[in-house]
Amino acid sequence: MSEKPTEARTGAIHDIGYRRYEGPRLGTSYIQRSLFVETLRGAYGLGRSARSKVMPFLLLGVMVLPAVVMGIVTSYFGSSSLPVRYPEYVIQLQVTVTIFLGSQSPAVMSRDLRYRVASLYFSRPLSRRQYVQAKYAAMTVALFILIGLPTTLLLAGALLAELPLSEQLPDYLRAMAGAAIYAVVLAGIGLVVAALTPRRGLGVAAVVGVLLVLSGFQIAVSEMAAEFGSNTFLAYTGLISPYTLVDGVVTGVLGAESSIGQGPPGALGAAVFAAVTVLVVAGCYAALVVRYRKALS
Amino acid sequence: MALIRTDGLTKRFGSITAVEALTIEVQPGVTGLVGANGAGKSTLLKILLGLLPATEGTASVLALDVATDGPAIRERVGYMPEHDCLPPDVSATEFVVHMGRMSGLPTTAARERAADTLRHVGLYEERYRPMGGYSTGMRQRVKLAQALVHDPALVLLDEPTNGLDPAGRVDMLELIRRIGAEFGISVIVTSHLLGELERVCEGIVVIDGGRLLRHSTTASVTAETQVVTIEVDSDPAGLHERLSSSGLDVRSDGQVLHVLVSDPAVYDLLRDAVAELGLGLVRLERQRHRMTEIFMNSTGEQPTAHV
Repeated sequence: MSEKPTEARTGAIHDIGYRRYEGPRLGTSYIQRSLFVETLRGAYGLGRSARSKVMPFLLLGVMVLPAVVMGIVTSYFGSSSLPVRYPEYVIQLQVTVTIFLGSQSPAVMSRDLRYRVASLYFSRPLSRRQYVQAKYAAMTVALFILIGLPTTLLLAGALLAELPLSEQLPDYLRAMAGAAIYAVVLAGIGLVVAALTPRRGLGVAAVVGVLLVLSGFQIAVSEMAAEFGSNTFLAYTGLISPYTLVDGVVTGVLGAESSIGQGPPGALGAAVFAAVTVLVVAGCYAALVVRYRKALS
Repeated sequence: MALIRTDGLTKRFGSITAVEALTIEVQPGVTGLVGANGAGKSTLLKILLGLLPATEGTASVLALDVATDGPAIRERVGYMPEHDCLPPDVSATEFVVHMGRMSGLPTTAARERAADTLRHVGLYEERYRPMGGYSTGMRQRVKLAQALVHDPALVLLDEPTNGLDPAGRVDMLELIRRIGAEFGISVIVTSHLLGELERVCEGIVVIDGGRLLRHSTTASVTAETQVVTIEVDSDPAGLHERLSSSGLDVRSDGQVLHVLVSDPAVYDLLRDAVAELGLGLVRLERQRHRMTEIFMNSTGEQPTAHV
């Protein structure tokens, strides 16, 4: 009786032997898509430890909560409009967006460099350029969710408060387009800074620091411009900080009311803001590609 | 068909030459790539993966050109780097599944292969825990598993025994032998320790300063010599004297004697001499060449194990 189980155990797992894999090997587009999904999940701490979920979801909550409250308040008091305009919402909560970018860019980018996982990716079919594209796209979508979700909840709140859709929709769509532009610009800046600072903790401080310094600098310069009364110059100071830059595009190109008070001056200004935005994104992408061309092992 | 073929392969980093005019042809099976630290082993592996362009010369892996078919090579080759490369916050299972997908396996296949591979490298319950808490031995196993997960035709293992204790080294070498013999996957394994590779490799490539020192099969390197080693349970001086007086070429080496055996009758002579002197025979063993002799021969020194 007692021999049987031992016998069964000696037939053990070890002896199954090696099995070859005869199935399909999918190409680089599948690999790139998998890396994108994995990175996007990782940006919200999914598939990671419980501790890495805390920060992104806390920040997502901070982004969403005011939108929900505003929706409830609007419908409760039967107000005829939302307390904020859609494109304005992200500007008011930009600190949250900055912290999210600061805490999650290193998780997306520096992690592979710090633990030298990157060399495992590069010893596989994906090229460095495709790797960068997947990472950039994932961070962009993560940010778009962070900004787009509360914006959409605002619209839902407005509709529940029985505000007419036709009045809400144009501004909402502008804000969503703006969210996409914010996402792609901020993701680029965050990832470049994170890729240059692989050391633990440093990346967070560096990303937040860069954005705060740019914001502070923009405010300082614009106050100076206001003091000396140069309105054109004042309007162009928006180019300094990524938030005012994208706001310039949303107001100048997409035709929303300015959220910060200084939109770009006229059609030329709008074109300049749009061009600078494109340059920033292209520059960030190029910088990442160069960074990874060098990161060999 | 040759597994790897290089022709005049040269790689320079500025004024430093890492690999110089290397022409080798490696057959399928387990091959050791031996050289001191900085001999150009890792550089050679990166060229073979198509990650570093060669300065001069050509190389092909699995009949694919490294200069043009890098992605195709990397799909069929596994690579285990020398350095640590595991994120601490995910489990071995999740990590190897992900790496399987990164090699082009569909998700379900990647899961299956990851479970199989982790079992083969000897990682069981602990594979569900985050890798941050793993020992060096376990980490080396995961690194090996991620190189095998997509069932490659060839794996390149860069110093897989680095940092392991003696027992861990034995386990790792046994695993490498099995990869070659049971899994049917060709292996290129680098080490700066020649001794440990002779147990598992069928071929040995020795490079020094980026140049080829020797390329041979392990069998020819470790072939039997004409030297027999005798160990007895007490002082061998008397035996030494007696054998010398019988006209044998005897050399003393601490507690053991090395005797050159010119014809089989010498064995009888040895046995009788030991018996007549009333000594206990501990060991009577035919000597093998040690691979360390390769280095000594090449540097012009006298190999020690020869008589």
